[in-house]
Amino acid sequence: MVDMLTISSNLLYASFFLYLIATFFFGGTIRDREKGSSQMAGNIGIVITIIGFLSQAGYFFTRWSASGHAPVSNLFEYTTFFGMMLVLAFIVLYFIYHVNWLGLFALPVALLLIAFASMFPTELSPLVPSLQSHWLYIHVTTASLGQGILSVSFVAGLIFLIRQVDQTNKSKHTSWLEFVLYVLVATIAFIIISTTFSAMEYEATFQAPVNGQEAEITYELPAIVGPASGELLSTEAMSPLFSAPEWMKGQDAAKKLNTFLWSIFGGVALYGLLRLLLRKRIAASIQPMLKRVNPELVDEVAYRAVAIGFPIFTLGALIFAMIWAQQAWDRFWGWDPKEVWALITFFFYAAYLHLRLSRGWQGTKSAWLAVGGFGIIMFNLIVVNLVISGLHSYA
Amino acid sequence: MRQINCECGHVNPEGTVLCESCGKPVEGNQHIDGNEGEQLLNMRYDGTARRSQTYNRTVVDKVWNFFSSVKVGVWLIVTTVIASAVGTIFPQEMYIPPNVDPATHYQDQFGLLGQIYYQLGFHNLFTSWWYMILLAMIGISIIIASIDRFFPLYKILKKQKPKRHETFMKKQRVFGRTESEDVDIERFKQNLKKQRFKIFEQDGHLLAEKNRFARWGPYVNHIGLIVFLIGALLRFVPALYIDEFVWVREGETAVISGTEGKYYIENKDFILETYDENDERFQDAIQNQGAPIPKNFQTDAVIYERVDDIVPGKEPELEVLKEASAKMNQPIKFEEFALYQASYQLNEFSEMTFKIHDKEDEDTNYGEFTVDLTDPKTEYELGNGYNVVIENYYPEYEMNDGRPVSVSKFPKNPAFVFNLYPPGESEPETSFLGIGANIDASGDNQYKLGLVNFDVRDVTGLTVKKDYTLPIIALGGAIFMIGVIQGMYWNHRRIWLQPKENGVWIAGHTNKNWFALRRDIGKAVEGTRIEEPVDQFEMKS
Ligand code: HEM
Repeated sequence: MVDMLTISSNLLYASFFLYLIATFFFGGTIRDREKGSSQMAGNIGIVITIIGFLSQAGYFFTRWSASGHAPVSNLFEYTTFFGMMLVLAFIVLYFIYHVNWLGLFALPVALLLIAFASMFPTELSPLVPSLQSHWLYIHVTTASLGQGILSVSFVAGLIFLIRQVDQTNKSKHTSWLEFVLYVLVATIAFIIISTTFSAMEYEATFQAPVNGQEAEITYELPAIVGPASGELLSTEAMSPLFSAPEWMKGQDAAKKLNTFLWSIFGGVALYGLLRLLLRKRIAASIQPMLKRVNPELVDEVAYRAVAIGFPIFTLGALIFAMIWAQQAWDRFWGWDPKEVWALITFFFYAAYLHLRLSRGWQGTKSAWLAVGGFGIIMFNLIVVNLVISGLHSYA
Repeated sequence: MRQINCECGHVNPEGTVLCESCGKPVEGNQHIDGNEGEQLLNMRYDGTARRSQTYNRTVVDKVWNFFSSVKVGVWLIVTTVIASAVGTIFPQEMYIPPNVDPATHYQDQFGLLGQIYYQLGFHNLFTSWWYMILLAMIGISIIIASIDRFFPLYKILKKQKPKRHETFMKKQRVFGRTESEDVDIERFKQNLKKQRFKIFEQDGHLLAEKNRFARWGPYVNHIGLIVFLIGALLRFVPALYIDEFVWVREGETAVISGTEGKYYIENKDFILETYDENDERFQDAIQNQGAPIPKNFQTDAVIYERVDDIVPGKEPELEVLKEASAKMNQPIKFEEFALYQASYQLNEFSEMTFKIHDKEDEDTNYGEFTVDLTDPKTEYELGNGYNVVIENYYPEYEMNDGRPVSVSKFPKNPAFVFNLYPPGESEPETSFLGIGANIDASGDNQYKLGLVNFDVRDVTGLTVKKDYTLPIIALGGAIFMIGVIQGMYWNHRRIWLQPKENGVWIAGHTNKNWFALRRDIGKAVEGTRIEEPVDQFEMKS
C-alpha cells in the first residue's frame, strides 16, 4: 500500500522533469532559424510531453489504487490533476495546429500548477460520505478537463499579447501584461519560499483565540503577520511585525494572510531582480522570441481552445455537478460559492463567444478576455477554496 | 413592403444586404452590416434581411431590436456575472447558522461591510426579484435574438445559388484568382468530395458546402437553455415540487411530511461510521483533522403505506411498502418521492431512571421510577407511599440569568424540577435535577433523587422530495449540450468556384476557424493547377 504511494509520487516527479525538459526542446524550436532542425526539436518536445503525461497518468492511477478513491478530493490532488489536463489539452491542440510555441508557454504554466499543488498537504485523505459517489469523479475530472482546455486559451492569449502589445511605449496594455507576468512570478516566489522554509523545518507556534477558544496555530513561514491577540510560543521563531485584524477569526485566516504577504513580497523581489537583469519589461524581453509567430494563428488557437473547452466545461462543471448535487444534497443547485463561480465561468465564456461574433473583438481584446477567464478559473480554484469556502471546500 | 430586385433577377425582401441568390451587395443597405468602406463583406448571416435591422418605428420594433441585440445580451450576461460574484462575498442567508438573527449576524461577523451587505438585501441575492428579472431578461433576449436570426438564416442557406456575383467573390475573406488555361475542375470536385463537401453546380459555377447543420447549433442550445429555465420556473408550482423534512427517532414510526399522511417511515437504526484511525492510509489526515472523519451516515428504514381511509385521530393501518437504507448519495425512492439522508442527532435521551435515597447516604433506595422523555408523565407513584411530580421539564436546558430554560423540544440535555412527596406528607421536597446538576431547592431536604440509568437513541433527519421538474430540467441540459457540441465541434464551410475566360476564381467562407478552412482548400486544389487563395483579412490589433 505505502509502496504504491511511493511509486505514485515518483511518477509525479518524473512527469515534472519530463515537462521541464520538453519545455527546453520547444524553446529550441523558436531560436532555430532552420526549419528542419526546428521541426525535429518540436517532435522530440511533443514526444517527451506525451511520455510525461503518461507518467503523470501513472501517478494518478497508482494513487487511486493506494487510497481506494480517485485522487481529486483535496487541493493538492485537484490542482495536480488540473495541471495534467492542461497538458492533455495542449497535446490535443498541438495535433490540430502543429504549433511549437504553444508548448513553450503551456508546459511552464502546467509546471507551475503542479509545483503550486505540492505546497498543499499531500497525504491521502479519506472521503466524507457526501463525496462517496462515482459522480464525484466524473464531475471533477470532466470539469477539470474543461478548465484545462480553457486554460490553453489563456496560454495562447498570453502569447498573443506578448507578441502584439507595442512595447515601445508604456501603456495600459504593457502595465497589465506586466501585472499578469508578475502574478506568475509571485507564484514562483511562493513555491521557492515555501519549499525553502519547509526544508529548514521552520515552525512558529502561536496561541491565539479561535472562535472564542484558545488554540495553537503553527506557521510554516516566519510570521510577518501574527494571529489576532496571539502569543508566540516558539522560542527561536521570529516575532510577527504586526497582528491580523480582529475580524479575521477563522482557524487559519492569519496564517493564510501571512503566506499571501510572503508571496506578494517574494514576487516583488523576484520580479525586481528580473527587471534589473533584463533592463526592460519582462514581456518586452520575451517579445523578440515570438517575432516569427503568426498572430492570427495564435488568435485562432486561443479561440479554438474555448470552442473545444466550453462544452466540456459545461458538461463537467454544471451538468454533472448538478446530477451529483441532486444525489448528495437533494438539490441540484444551491447557490454555494463554488457553484456560483462555476456559473460565472460559464457565463463569462458564453459572453466571450458572443463577443467573438462581432467584428473588432478578435485579437487583442479577446486575448485579454482569455486572460480574464483564466483569472476566474484560478479564483474558483484557490480563493473560493481557501477563503470563501462553501460546501465543496477541499482543503 | 418594399422589395429589392437584383440584376440576377432575384427579388429580395426589404432590408436585404446581399442578394439572396447571387450575393451582390444591395446598394444603400451596406451600412446595416457595417460593410461600407470595408474591404470585406460581413458574412455573419449572409447579408439576409433581419427584422431587427429593418424596422425601427413602433414600440414593438424597439423592444424587439433591444432584445435581439447581441450587445444587449452580453451586457445582461456581464451584469449577471458581476451580481453573482457579489453574492459570494459573504455567505447567503441560507448558509448562516439557522438559529441566529441575520440582522445582527452579518454585522457581528463581517462588520460594517456585512451590515451594508445585509441592508442592500445581498444576503438573499439569488432569490431577489431583480436577479430573477435579470435571468428572465436573458431568457427573453435568447428567444428574440434567436428568432430574429434563425428564420432568415435558414431561408438564405436554402435559397443560395452557386452562381455568385463578382463583387461577392472578391470581397470574401479567402479569395484567389488563377489565370491558366488548364485547371482541372473535375479533380477539384473529387478532392472536395473526398473531404465530404457537397457540391452544387450551376452553369459551371460551383458551390461546395459542408456541415451546414453546425449553423443550427446555437439555436438548438438556446432552446435547451429556455427549456431549462422553464423547468426551473415550474418549481414554483406546488403540485410539481415538494421539499419537506422529517425527523424520526430510532424505533419510532413517523408520518412522512409532504405525503398528505399517506406514507410512514420507521427508523430501525441510524448508523454513523467513522474512519478507523489506525488505517495506515489515512492516519496522517485523521491526525491533522484532530477529530474522527465520518465514513457513512445511514438510516435503515421501513416505508409504510397507509391503506385505510385517512381520518383524523384514527390509528392508521399500515402496510409495508419497502425496506431500504438511506445513505449519503443513495436516497430511498418510493413512488414519486425520494428520501435523502440529510441530518442526524446522536444520543438523544429516550429514558431516564431515577431512585430516591437519603440525602446523606447514596446506598439507600426508597424506590425507582423511569421517565420516558418523549412523553413524560406528570406524576409517578412509586407504590410504597412515595410520589414524584414533575413540576417542570426542560428537554434541552440551559441556564439563562440563573434560571433554567429549554432551548429546544428535543431531549438532548434534559433537566427536571421534581416535587417529591414522602409517605403521608402533603408538603413536597423540591429539587432541580439535570446532567451534572442536583440542587436542593430549600436546602433542608431529607431525600435526594439520583440518576441510576438512562437510554439514548439516535434521531435521523431526512429530506422528502418530490420533483416533477427534474425531467424537464434534464431535457433542457441535454438539448443544450447537443446544441453546443453541434455548433462548436463542426464548422460550416463553403467554397465557391467561378469559371473565367482564362482560369478560375475561388472564394471561401467559414463561420469559424479560418486556418482549418484554408487547409481544406489547400487539399482541394492539390493537383488541379488552381492557385491557393489568400486570406485577405488583416488583424487590426
Ligand atoms: C448564458 C446564456 C447563453 C449561452 C450559454 C449562449 C450560448 C451560445 C453559444 C454557445 C453560441 C454559439 C457561439 C458560436 O458558435 O461561436 C451562441 C450563439 C449566439 N447567441 Fe447565445 N447564449 C446565451 C445567451 C444569449 C443571449 C442573451 C443572446 C441575445 C442576444 C444570445 C444570442 C446569440 C446569437 C445571436 C448567437 C449567434 C447565432 C449564430 O451564429 O447563428 N445568446 N450562444
